[in-house]
Amino acid sequence: MKLTIIDWTIMLVYFMFVLGVGFALQRYMKTSKDFFLSGRSLPAWITGLAFISANLGAQEVIGMGASGAKYGIATSHFYWIGAIPAMVFVGVFMMPFYYGSRARSVPEYLKLRFDEKTRGFNAISFATMTVFSSGISLYAMGLLMGVLLGWNFTFAIMVAAVIVLIYIFLGGLTSAIYNEVLQFFLIVFGFAPLVLLGLKDAGGWSGLVTRLNGVATAQGYQAGAWSSSWQFMSAPSHNPMGVEWFGLLMGLGFVLSFGYWCTDFLVVQRAMAADSMSAARRTPLIAAIPKMVFPVLVILPGMIAIALTYQAGSSGFVLPKKLDGTFNYDLAIPMMLGHYFPTGILGVGLTALMASFMSGMAGNVTAFNTVWTYDIYQSYLRPGASDQHYLWMGRMATIFGIAISVAAAYVATRFNNIMDMLQLVFAFVNAPLFATFLLGMFWKRATGHGAFVGLLSGTAAAALHHGLTLPHGAMAGIKGGWFGAMHIYPSEMAQNFWTAIFAWTTCFVVTAVVSLLTKPRAESELAGLVYSLTARPKEDHLPWYKRPAVLGAIVLAVALVLNIVFW
Amino acid sequence: MGLDIRLPIGLMFTILGLLLFGFGILGDKAIYQQALGINVNLWWGAVMLAFGLAMLWFGRRGTRKVKTDPDRE
Repeated sequence: MKLTIIDWTIMLVYFMFVLGVGFALQRYMKTSKDFFLSGRSLPAWITGLAFISANLGAQEVIGMGASGAKYGIATSHFYWIGAIPAMVFVGVFMMPFYYGSRARSVPEYLKLRFDEKTRGFNAISFATMTVFSSGISLYAMGLLMGVLLGWNFTFAIMVAAVIVLIYIFLGGLTSAIYNEVLQFFLIVFGFAPLVLLGLKDAGGWSGLVTRLNGVATAQGYQAGAWSSSWQFMSAPSHNPMGVEWFGLLMGLGFVLSFGYWCTDFLVVQRAMAADSMSAARRTPLIAAIPKMVFPVLVILPGMIAIALTYQAGSSGFVLPKKLDGTFNYDLAIPMMLGHYFPTGILGVGLTALMASFMSGMAGNVTAFNTVWTYDIYQSYLRPGASDQHYLWMGRMATIFGIAISVAAAYVATRFNNIMDMLQLVFAFVNAPLFATFLLGMFWKRATGHGAFVGLLSGTAAAALHHGLTLPHGAMAGIKGGWFGAMHIYPSEMAQNFWTAIFAWTTCFVVTAVVSLLTKPRAESELAGLVYSLTARPKEDHLPWYKRPAVLGAIVLAVALVLNIVFW
Repeated sequence: MGLDIRLPIGLMFTILGLLLFGFGILGDKAIYQQALGINVNLWWGAVMLAFGLAMLWFGRRGTRKVKTDPDRE
């Protein structure tokens, strides 16, 4: 892929604008509330777009493209069954507690609702997770830029890390959010022409479906396995994901998606920055609208890539292979960029790819500096200091958070397995979380001891389940089975879904049982934190299109239609 | 908070749109063979330019409204 002066100019213009936003916002960062919560002053459309953009990191773009090629349209379950219902739930039902309790972070909500130890466990595991995730994505970016453009690894990660560092250091969360909105549009405008060109090359939608039928039969599935999302979910052997509908609905649709969208501070923080309760509740609902059509931008290119590989189009695109002869699915989107985009638009496409790396990284960094400063530093290391001191600490946390991420990226170049291990451990810690929040928000009897013991046993259950099972064809080790393989799942995805289901159920049951055995908190202390003890937010004065319940119903209806259309 | 984000977004897309559009008109046409014979720079540059101008227009209108509205900061 060869860049010319125009591509470099485009990239440079983008860098100047993201940095410019940081500099322009610097003078508004007067208190820690400005820096960590944007002074709770942003309108819903901005926080809404930032809500999805922070999640639209490079792993999402590259990973969804790869899955589109590997599994076909069934990948859209991550959106239409996964993300959307969870986003509606967090907006309509959970935001009143996050925003209404005036908690400054998700761990702080746990402290208000349960106790110190539950918050501590969540804050420390979350803070560790965010710096390492951003390290892993830096690593991925460094590799990708090396493959595509021949960039030096250090140069690639330093450009991204330093730019993100500067704009967050200067403008805090507002800077991250504003740039996420800018990045959102850039990602859309960078990938949309790729989809249009690829689709034209494949002969439009109908041409694509015909080609995908060929892909499916060539790999031993029925025609249609790549172009129908539900039809082949009756048994794991009928679809390339190797999952069946129950595991999909419960594991992905319920436990994993709700666990991520409803409890992950990286996204919830965006909603907390909104200027009012109703804006906070609308944040995930507004985010859900573009989220529903994102499969077109990120999954469809992968499907086009595999279709053209099996049955060439006029331009002769083929997916590259790895050394062992299997397809390198991760390169589906990047290789298409290089194949279809001439210089000029190529600059826009690559800048969009960079923007997705940066938005994901900035999401992690802002979540980290807030949890570090409020939930770890202010709570355990230095309580009672001045607000200016915590503002300073937030800026320092931005620096060392990014420094740790960069170090982690280098470690990953030498010991790739360590990063896989870490991601696995994070998955264990995350899996049960939603059970804790569900019980905490909707059952006033749930206690701090219950929540803490529940979380620990849920995490242990996830590890135990993983250790006792293996995906088909895998060796014992990082893929599981280290206690012996009691059960073989048809695919890694099926194993992940069931690990999550076990973790969630264990956490739910243990939290409930321990809560009933321990002393409940007085109801007066729980007002504003639990559903039955909190006044419903008033929204009578709002026009219908601003009411969370109405918006939520519309979003769910559209998601249902999408599921049916692409059944 | 201080800055209306629509203005920088609008400005950036206007600049990028103009760059692409101009390059599509003036640059070498042979490069479009890989884009199925479509002058993507020209067309997509025009789309980005239109989006940029629309954002600028909304942003300017929004900023004026805030300034004349005494109830808001």
